[in-house]
Amino acid sequence: MILHTLIDYDTLRVIWWLLLGVLLIGFAVMDGFDLGTDILLPFVAKTDIERRTVINSIGPVWEGNQVWLILGGGAIFAAWPPLYAVSFSGFYLAMFAILFALILRPVGFKYRSKRDSAAWRNGWDWALFIGGLVPALVMGVAVGNVLQGVPFHFNGDLRVFYDGTTLFELLNPFGLLAGLLSVTMLVMHGAGWLMLKTDGPIAERARAFGSLAAVATIVLFAIGGAWLWFGHFGYRITSEIVAGGPSNPLAKSVELARGAWFVNYATHSWMMLAPALGFVGALGSLALLRAGKGGFSWLLSSVSILGIISTVGLSMFPFILPSSVDPRSSLTVWDASSSHLTLFIMLVCALVFVPIIIAYTSWVYRVLWGKVDPREIGRDGSHAY
Amino acid sequence: MELNVVDLSRLQFAMTALYHFLFVPLTLGLSILLAIMETVYVMTGRRIWRQMTKFWGVLFGINFAIGVSTGIVMEFQFGMNWSYYSHYVGDIFGAPLAIEGLMAFFLEATFVGLFFFGWDRLSKVGHLITTWAVALGSNLSALWILIANGWMQNPAGAAFNPQTMRMEVADFYEVLTNPVAQAKFVHTVSAGYVTASIFVLGVSAWYLLKGRHVELAKRSMTVAASFGLAAALSVVVLGDESGYLTTEHQKMKLAAIEAMWETEPAPAAFTAFGLPSMKDRETHFAVRIPWAMGLIATRSLTTQIPGIDQLTERAEDRIKSGIVAFDALQKIRAAGSSAAVSDADRKAFEDNGADLGYALLLKRYVDDPRTATPEQIKAAAWDTVPSVPTLFWSFRIMVGLGLFFIALMATFFWLSARRTLDRYRGLLWIAVLAIPLPWIAAEFGWVVAEIGRQPWIIEGVLPTAAAVSSLGAATVLTTIVGFVCIYTVLIVIEMALMLRAIRKGPEPDEEPEAELIPANLVAAE
Repeated sequence: MILHTLIDYDTLRVIWWLLLGVLLIGFAVMDGFDLGTDILLPFVAKTDIERRTVINSIGPVWEGNQVWLILGGGAIFAAWPPLYAVSFSGFYLAMFAILFALILRPVGFKYRSKRDSAAWRNGWDWALFIGGLVPALVMGVAVGNVLQGVPFHFNGDLRVFYDGTTLFELLNPFGLLAGLLSVTMLVMHGAGWLMLKTDGPIAERARAFGSLAAVATIVLFAIGGAWLWFGHFGYRITSEIVAGGPSNPLAKSVELARGAWFVNYATHSWMMLAPALGFVGALGSLALLRAGKGGFSWLLSSVSILGIISTVGLSMFPFILPSSVDPRSSLTVWDASSSHLTLFIMLVCALVFVPIIIAYTSWVYRVLWGKVDPREIGRDGSHAY
Repeated sequence: MELNVVDLSRLQFAMTALYHFLFVPLTLGLSILLAIMETVYVMTGRRIWRQMTKFWGVLFGINFAIGVSTGIVMEFQFGMNWSYYSHYVGDIFGAPLAIEGLMAFFLEATFVGLFFFGWDRLSKVGHLITTWAVALGSNLSALWILIANGWMQNPAGAAFNPQTMRMEVADFYEVLTNPVAQAKFVHTVSAGYVTASIFVLGVSAWYLLKGRHVELAKRSMTVAASFGLAAALSVVVLGDESGYLTTEHQKMKLAAIEAMWETEPAPAAFTAFGLPSMKDRETHFAVRIPWAMGLIATRSLTTQIPGIDQLTERAEDRIKSGIVAFDALQKIRAAGSSAAVSDADRKAFEDNGADLGYALLLKRYVDDPRTATPEQIKAAAWDTVPSVPTLFWSFRIMVGLGLFFIALMATFFWLSARRTLDRYRGLLWIAVLAIPLPWIAAEFGWVVAEIGRQPWIIEGVLPTAAAVSSLGAATVLTTIVGFVCIYTVLIVIEMALMLRAIRKGPEPDEEPEAELIPANLVAAE
């Protein structure tokens, strides 16, 4: 294979850093609204038929949406193996909590309406609530910790050691703030979806909760920014940057630098667009929720998600996962990727398959277009949950 | 016994993989059976085939949801519990997993929702395409997973990079066309088809015994028996065996399966039964069939199959060569820049680098493999022998069941052709009782493949013990307990749902059945 040298190694790394963002944003936008819907379930729907309406609004699509997470995991493994190794083993128990919640979800969907007991169904509704809340919260907390730096180091064989002590260490104030932001962002997003797919009291309640969540998103995002500014966050590479060198994190030196997460915005002012979109999207989503336009609100909350996640990525660039205990072990775009050849092969695969995926996913959503009809749900022969 | 992270991580992986594999084979096979049934419906317009598709579809859906969630656990676990593995081979191993997501999993999971919710929203052909998309997606998914797994058994197309301390892709085409992966793919999906066929056959047989849903049951049995017979033959004939002779360690796996402690002159005898003992290094009470082994494994009378004795001797040589590679690697890394590496070290690494993994086997005994004593090298060479009794028995159970499936399928194929499916109640009962057997065979198949790979996580490249994350034993124990709890609840719920749906039977179809012979056609006088 000579073909892969057509694209420079450092260019490929930047492309895959962008694709990492696309995957995370894709997951947050696509699976995010059904996680948000799960969180809203006990609050926006009171009667049994209302709850079934809510569940069936995401019934046909949540499985496909969840593949964004699976693909995200696979792509990080393939394109950023050290990132996969460090984050998944370092956040071990947090990952387990996410898995536990994700296992709970399908069972909740499938089993909730198979028995008539009210206590039974109510119990599963809360299980679904947890199934939506825990992944949203834990992933946000994880991002909050990544921004501060995570306690890990490599030894000479590039074996990773996690130096944190307990799971609760992750639940520091800034981590919790990020977790809450993640929850409110997805609740805002789920509310738009529910207004699009349902009518009457559910849509009304979704509007109320969604508006609240949109306001909270704006406030929390602003506090987060201020915290980053005044906090002791940020890392800087102090050795010469070799953008096309071998993926060995230990080859560089890094120091803690207060305010370093703002340096990129000073040198590339266009990057300010990302936080701006985070705010504008949430504001627009709020206004459209008030105006009763669920579909457009959903689009604007997607823009807000895009803005917020991009802000995290751009602030840290070229860092992906900084280490708080041994800064030179930090993973950056230039030293945590796969080989040149693997990045190239994976790029070709992504270029071939992503358009196909987008095409058939759009077709499926078009077929399923329209509000959920509560009268259809109990009908004989219906596969509704 | 002290619990260590390696054993606990292996236990957790085995547990979650075996559990996940309870759902996978049925998904693989039933998706295809659904597509076949619906194709018949679209081609003939007979509504009973639509009813069949919907009925078996309900059972498919119950199974599918748990398959998806337990599959995410598998993907995350590589990073969670096997972080050094993830670092060491992510460059190669990650790619098939990501491609699986892109090419297969999106297809399968996006269309599965439409399969259930789209009956009234799609045209006949539109829905048929949806069903085939689910079937294609799940089977492609198996292809990429087995390319990944095949690479663990036969790590082709990769080389070690001293600068990044990991394996990197040298030739992706070799990874894709790995003969072990191909053999595994055919074997595994065929096993999935057999599983689904026996499931459909057994449930239908139960309906016939109860005199319920007779039309649906008979048609289902006909499809299951024809598809299942072809699949059962394919599992055995195109079995994994073809892959065993490709590499050194697959030869060790074969020798362990057959408990061939010593190399025999060709053609070797086949040990049908016996009690292999790892301690005595021999098989007690062996019942041997002359020539059979040599014929099956090599398809010749003259090719010799190496026994465990010969293979451990070769492993000893490779450990010694691995120590040379290990030494050269340390010098290369100490040199810093590649210009400073001496030619002698470079050559030593080039010549012996393929055996580097063998030196890592010594890490169990010494920190620095270069200081190993001859006794330790001998012990490490003996460590390359997987558990012979486990493999010997797992393999025989699997093969015995495989042969039984052929007989079962052939019988029902014959009955179906003679239109006497409901005549022999004894045979129907056998079909009902056979339902759990393909799962047993599949689980033992996993045991043969993966216990047989030990002590390697990647054959000849990285020992399992070196691949784990640096976690505390208590942490891993916590998640094991967590998985046991939720998985137990899940299987109970799953079984209850399945049994309920089976007892309930298909939804009645109100629409009139299509007439095969138009009513206005008058019979000739």
